[in-house]
Amino acid sequence: MDLDKKIATRQSYGEALAELGSRNENVVVLDADLSSATKTALFAKRYPERFINVGIAEQNMMGIAVGLSTFGKIPYVSTFAVFATGRAYDQIRNSIAYPKSNVKICATHAGVTVGEDGATHQMLEDLSLMRTLPNMKVMCTSDDIQTKWAVEEISKMNGPVYLRLCRLATPIIYDEKQKFEFGKGIQFGDGTDATIIATGVTVSEALKAQEILKKQGVQVRVVDIHTIKPIDEDIIVKCAKETKKIITVEDHSIIGGLGSAVCEVLAEKYPVNVQRLGIKDTFGKSGKAQELLNYFKIDAESIVEVVSKG
Amino acid sequence: MKITDIEALENIANEVRKNIIEEVYQAQSGHPGGSLSCVDILTVLYFNQMNINPEKPRDEGRDRLILSKGHCSPALYSVLAEKGYFAKEKLKNFRKLGSELQGHPDMNKVPGVDMTSGSLGQGLSVAVGMALASKMNRAGCRIYCIVGDGEIDEGQIWEASMMAYKNKLDNLCVILDNNQLQLDGRIEDIAGLDNIRGKFESFGFKIIEVDGHNISNLIDAFNTAKQTKGKPTMIIAKTIKGKGISFMENQVGWHGTAPNQEQYEKAMEELARKDYV
Repeated sequence: MDLDKKIATRQSYGEALAELGSRNENVVVLDADLSSATKTALFAKRYPERFINVGIAEQNMMGIAVGLSTFGKIPYVSTFAVFATGRAYDQIRNSIAYPKSNVKICATHAGVTVGEDGATHQMLEDLSLMRTLPNMKVMCTSDDIQTKWAVEEISKMNGPVYLRLCRLATPIIYDEKQKFEFGKGIQFGDGTDATIIATGVTVSEALKAQEILKKQGVQVRVVDIHTIKPIDEDIIVKCAKETKKIITVEDHSIIGGLGSAVCEVLAEKYPVNVQRLGIKDTFGKSGKAQELLNYFKIDAESIVEVVSKG
Repeated sequence: MKITDIEALENIANEVRKNIIEEVYQAQSGHPGGSLSCVDILTVLYFNQMNINPEKPRDEGRDRLILSKGHCSPALYSVLAEKGYFAKEKLKNFRKLGSELQGHPDMNKVPGVDMTSGSLGQGLSVAVGMALASKMNRAGCRIYCIVGDGEIDEGQIWEASMMAYKNKLDNLCVILDNNQLQLDGRIEDIAGLDNIRGKFESFGFKIIEVDGHNISNLIDAFNTAKQTKGKPTMIIAKTIKGKGISFMENQVGWHGTAPNQEQYEKAMEELARKDYV
């Protein structure tokens, strides 16, 4: 992991989308007046005829994407996570998930790492809302390389996908040669003292924690769950069997997100104690992203603390 | 296979009305009032206007119809069955467990249904997406979208209208089933809906007002819409909720109520005599 070279997954998304546009002419992109923030502007600049800015009208955007998909287009729909999955939830439910529309909802600015904008813009329930919808596949990527892979990968799948992206620039974790597989978690190390299961921006925090703990003589493994649904049950059960404890960490509510998904698997397949780090049934607040990670106890330091306490 | 004879189209519409009563009676559930108000519109579209082939329900180049007021599925199913998309016997399983004919239209279950609908206000956005896609692909399809007048309480309708105008979607024809009633009462009493024509005119639509039960006038309206260039068309179809059944006409209570046996028999007798024509 290169800690010095940081890039936000929204930026990786924008770059990958513009690339994908050159290889797949069916790809169309929709945005709701946030293209310079979601980075779909990179696509718009290259392919203006395949970019539709609907204005500040997220519900309408979802419907238009559905109509386009019925003609063989592959719409990528972007806005902030709070508006995509909150404001347009019913449109996603009834016009995208239920009819299995081939629409890719790629939402940026998820989690408290939005920072200064505060609670109204920090979406903490999107994984929960999307995960509960039948037919919906849910992803949350952790770095530049993985995001670029995901953007292409979901274009090959038929049906609805939710991809969660973030504003905060985070370290590049993977190298270009890394192989990713949809639905498969990625394990770092094979320590047996604990497993830290993370997703999105918290993966690099977990990896930092792993390094700190190693120096203290504590051997933990980290699992990057980029596919929240369908979740990789095998790797979760394997780690539960091989390590003493499971800790989940996410920039999302502890209700309904990664922590809940892991608990659902373990409760049925291999019951063990799980500690969920995340936003604990409260709204976010304004502050710098890094400060907020610490405030909400989802940064490396907080992970180390939880593991050390035992 | 376009039917141009007015009387023949009226006869089909009458059969469609019988089917609707049958569906809702058999299910003891459903929405007869708004279904009966859009029968003539649907009949003209499927039998006179649209470029479609029941043998190829997914053909790329076909015209599309979205019944945005999805609760009026009995009317759509009935017209599709009459057109030969599926066997008429299936209509009696409407709304029953195991039937493809769900309470609201499901595009993945019923041949001929171009879009799943039911949550009001969403169909017009999808229609805008289809019309845009048809233009992008140079597919030459016309996109029809039937919207209820109560349905335009939904803000999404106006979001979609703006995009239809901005993109000059002259391949989009919206039909407003203007029967004046919604579930809780008259449209102007519920959310203050008045001057519908002025509202949509200011949003940039070509407006055509028409008697929504006059087959000949409806044909003319659709033909005018086809010739309109550079902007979407809205046909404001003046209709009667419950049209064709004396005791259902203009009665808000028949929005979502099934007839009992006596009412069913009376309705079928009236339709057999074509009292309303």
